[in-house]
This record gives sequence, C-alpha cells and structure tokens, in this order.
Amino acid sequence: MTNGLIIETRGLRKVYRQGDVDVAALRGVDVQVKSGEFLAIVGPSGSGKSTLFHILGGLTPATDGEVLMDGKELGKMSESERTTLRRTTVSFVFQKYNLLPTLSVRDNIEIARYIAHKTGPVDPSFTKVLQMLGIDHRMDHKPRALSGGEQQRVAIARAIVNQPAILLADEPTGNLDSENSANVLGILRDLNHSIGQTILMITHNPEAAAFADRVIEMKDGRVVSH
Amino acid sequence: MVYKLVFENLKHRPLRTLLSTLVIGVGVTMILTLVGISEGTLNEQRKRAKGIGADVFIMGSTSSVIGTGTASMNEGLLKFLEEQPHIKLATGTVVHSLGTFKTVTGADFEKFNRMNGGLKFLSGGPFSEDGDILIDEFYSRQEKKKVGDKLTLLNRDWRVAGIYQSGNAARVLLPIKVVQDLTSTNGKLTMIYTKLDDTANTDAVIASLKSQLKDYKIFSMEELISQYTTAAVPELGVFTKVVIGLSVFFGALMVFLAMYTAVLERTREIGILKSLGATPAFVLGILLRETLIMSVLGAIFGIALSYVTRWVMIQLIPATFTQEIVYDWWPIAGLVTMVGALLGVIYPAWKAATQDTLESLSYD
Ligand SMILES: Nc1ncnc2c1ncn2[C@@H]1O[C@H](COP(=O)(O)OP(=O)(O)OP(=O)(O)O)[C@@H](O)[C@H]1O
Ligand SMILES: [Mg+2]
Repeated sequence: MTNGLIIETRGLRKVYRQGDVDVAALRGVDVQVKSGEFLAIVGPSGSGKSTLFHILGGLTPATDGEVLMDGKELGKMSESERTTLRRTTVSFVFQKYNLLPTLSVRDNIEIARYIAHKTGPVDPSFTKVLQMLGIDHRMDHKPRALSGGEQQRVAIARAIVNQPAILLADEPTGNLDSENSANVLGILRDLNHSIGQTILMITHNPEAAAFADRVIEMKDGRVVSH
Repeated sequence: MVYKLVFENLKHRPLRTLLSTLVIGVGVTMILTLVGISEGTLNEQRKRAKGIGADVFIMGSTSSVIGTGTASMNEGLLKFLEEQPHIKLATGTVVHSLGTFKTVTGADFEKFNRMNGGLKFLSGGPFSEDGDILIDEFYSRQEKKKVGDKLTLLNRDWRVAGIYQSGNAARVLLPIKVVQDLTSTNGKLTMIYTKLDDTANTDAVIASLKSQLKDYKIFSMEELISQYTTAAVPELGVFTKVVIGLSVFFGALMVFLAMYTAVLERTREIGILKSLGATPAFVLGILLRETLIMSVLGAIFGIALSYVTRWVMIQLIPATFTQEIVYDWWPIAGLVTMVGALLGVIYPAWKAATQDTLESLSYD
C-alpha cells in the first residue's frame, strides 16, 4: 500500500454480452478508497453498482481497465490468488443474500469460518453481534424458514464473522425496518471504528448513506459525483 | 463441517439421492449376479459329477466334459472294462442335448444306482412301465412337474414316475435303450463310469487303460472336477467380461447423468461457496464425497439385491442356473461401480468448480 489506497480502479469497463446485444454496465469507472474508509455508493437501479462490487471481489472479470487491490492488479492475479483474496480479505453481503439452502443459519456462518480456516470457538463478541442482528434465536433454522429481512441479517453475520479487511455490502438494509437498519448500520460503524475495516456499502437510503464517511453516486455506468 | 454439508446436501434431495444410489446398486447386482451364476453353475456341476460315485471316467476323444459330445463309444467296451483288474463296476450313459444347458440322460438304471448308492426319491419311485421318466427336484420345480404329470421331450410324451434328490449327474433320466432308440445311437455310449475296488488304485488303473485304449479320454474324478472351471469354458469368461464391462459403462453413464443434473441444480450453491473463498478442489471434494457415500450405500444395496436375484433364480430356473454368493467379488464389484461413479461426477464437478462465479450466482 503505497498511497494509502486499499482499492483503486482505473477506466473500469464491463460489457455483458447477451446473445447479440451488448449491455455496457460500467463505462469507465475511477474510484479510490482509502484503507479504513466507510464509503457509500448510491445511484439509480441499473447504474452498475452491483457490477462494480462483483468485479472488485473477483467474481467476474472486467472487460477493460484496472483494479488494484492493496496495490496488486486483480486482472493479473491467477484464479487461485483471487480465491485467496476472497478467503482472506474481501467478503460480500449480496443483494440476493445467497445463503446455502441446505444448511442451518449456524452452519451457513460456520462454513464461512471453515473455508477461511478459522477454527476454534467463535469470538464472544460475535455472539453479541448475533443478538443485535436479532437472529440468535433462529440459528438452527434453514434459510427457507426465514423472512427476507432475517436472511439478509444472516448474510451480514456471515460476511463479518471472519472480520475481513474489506466488506462489500450490497444494500445490506434493503429489506429491513428502520430499527433493524439502525442496528445493522451501527454494527458496520463499530467494525469500521474498532478494527479499521474498509466498508463499501451500496444503498438507496439517504439515512443509511449518512452513516458513511463519503458518498459517491453512480449513473449509467459512471461515477457522477464524489 | 465438510461432511455436514455433504450429508445435508444428500438429505436435501432425498429422491435424487435414492435414485442415484439405486442406479449404482443395480450395477453392483449385475456384476455379482453374473459372477455368482458362472461360479455357482460350475460348482453345481462339480457336485453332481461327484454324486455319480464313479472313480474313473472314459469318453470318446471328441467329447468334452462340459458339452455333451456325441455317443461315440461302443457298449462292448463295458465288458472289456469290467474284466480289467481293480474295476468293480462299469456303466455307460447316453447324454442327449435338448438345447441350451439342458440334457436328457439315458442310463442303465440298476447299475447307475449301484454306482451312486441309489437315487433318493422325494416322491414317486423308479421306472415301472414304458414311457416313465425320472426328474430331479430342481427340474421338477423349474418345469412345475409332479409325479404322474405329463412331460414332453424328444417329441414324445412321458409320465413323471419319480422325483429324486439333486446331485446325481443327471437332471432328467430315461432308460438307456429308450434314448438310444430315439436318437439313433443304438449300442453307443457318450460317457462311461467305472468304480474301483479301492481309490488308491486310481493312478494305476488309468495308466493301464491309457496304454490299451489309445483313442479315448480317460481321467479320474479329481481331473474331471478340476475341468469345471470358468477357464474350461472360454465363452463364459468372455461373456462375464462383456457383461461386467457393460455394467460398468451403464453404471457410469447413469451416475454421470444423475450427477450432471445434480451439479447443474447446485450451480448457485457452488457459486456461493466460491464467493466465500472456496477453492475448486474444495467444491470438487464435496461432490466427490457425496458420490462416494452414494457408491457405498449403492454397493450395500446391490449386494442385498444379489440375494434377491439368487432367490428368484432358485424359484424359477434352479435346473439351468445356480447363483452363488461370491464374497470375493463384493469389494471388486463395489470398487468397479465406484470408479464408474467417480468418473461420472468428475466432469460436471470440474466444470462447476471452474466456471465464472458470477454466472454461477445468477443461475436459477
Ligand atoms: N449477468 C448479467 N448479464 C447481462 N446484463 C447484466 C448482468 N448483470 C447486470 N447486467 C446489466 O448491467 C447493468 C447494471 O446492473 P447492476 O446490477 O450492476 O445494477 P445496480 O446498480 O446494482 O442496480 P440495482 O440498484 O437495481 O441493484 C444493468 O443494465 C443490468 O441489466
Ligand atoms: Mg444491484
């Protein structure tokens, strides 16, 4: 990390090819995120916010441009290096939760720890997080028995259990009432403060955006304001 | 944790798990049944050969112990044999083939009985009038014939006079004259059996007979029994290999299809695991473990099912085939189908583990 930037993109473009039609989801995105920063990303539906996250996490390659994660260029990493990045450094809260349907809430969280080679008992403070998220009494249920908001909170718990350096949260409060939203935002704020976690959060909610250090806006695949 | 995921996955789709397991099991059963039949049928033949009670056998040079051969020896030979030292008794049979794996034997009933210690009748008794036929218990069960029933063989109707305990060489017995007349082999024999005063003299008698009867096959009970092996029937060996090959191929193909669709269904879950930082090897490991578990369950089911096929065979065709449970083949059959199953899962698993994670996540 030479310039204190943990994430930097330069001229990032992404074109999805659907049959004969090309959809340009990103049309040249330049973003710089400092280590320990809490950044909110806002913008209309279809403006490319989720696409940006997917590229940052190495889930899909960019069509053009560069992504530097902690100074290393993502596009030049091997697939296994990108896998390691997700295992050790970046975690997601997906817009669609993406919980494993066959596993209980407890095991959905446990599998993330297992994959990251985090064995031994869970940090006691995490039990408190589960209580704050209001899912501590649903630990033995399968995701399909949970409401959308509950599934969303499980996805958040799974994403933060390993205390990753970078958290990419795609509308983490999208399905939550105001009380739960406030709890989730409080938890993110605490993580950001206590362990210096870098957080990127996509949101449509101005109140949520207000929790962040900085807000950027995207429109039509570009960043339009800082 | 990995095994928890594996078991939860198997439990989550019980019907698919059950069907895949059954498919693997049927592969195991196919192999075990076939091997069991070839072993069992030969063992049964050995037992029946022993049951004749003879010490030295003589056949025409063109005959084989497994096939029936032709009735090529003259009856006059019997008299010559009984004049030889140490030979107590000599009797001949005419064996006529009725098609695949079925024969009718013409025997000198009185001498045949003296040789084997007497047929043990389960019902009825020996020949008493013209047109009588004797059958063993397996033949009676397979053809559903009781004493007094009509039986059509060699274009003639016969009356079942007696049913005897199996283990005496022949399944179907007629007086030798009758078979010779019907098959135009008057005065001819297919097989000659001799009983010695003492089995210690077997080698000496065989050596002496061989020097006098150049154009005949002469051998002892041990030699006869040792010829009832799969090696002695090359066709059976090839057949076994072909069917095992087919069952491996069939099993692998079925498991391939089952696992391929299972993996497709799970594309999204695989994407989730990869988004959490799971390596392709981890994903592959989970799918392979699932397959291994299904293979083991399938093998157990397949072994159980081979007892069922044996039971069915005993009920329906005991006289034609005997299926044995060949324990040595349990691990072999299990391993063979397991390898097939693994081959079937590796391609879709590898495909799923290496495809674009975002594409996997958007799959539904
Ligand atoms: N897998 C895909 N294949 C084709 N087009 C896609 C794909 N994913 C996204 N797109 C398109 O890319 C554009 C940006 O999508 P993206 O999901 O990044 O928007 P977003 O800003 O997250 O919107 P929202 O606020 O509704 O979540 C959209 O026009 C979308 O239709
Ligand atoms: Mg989105």
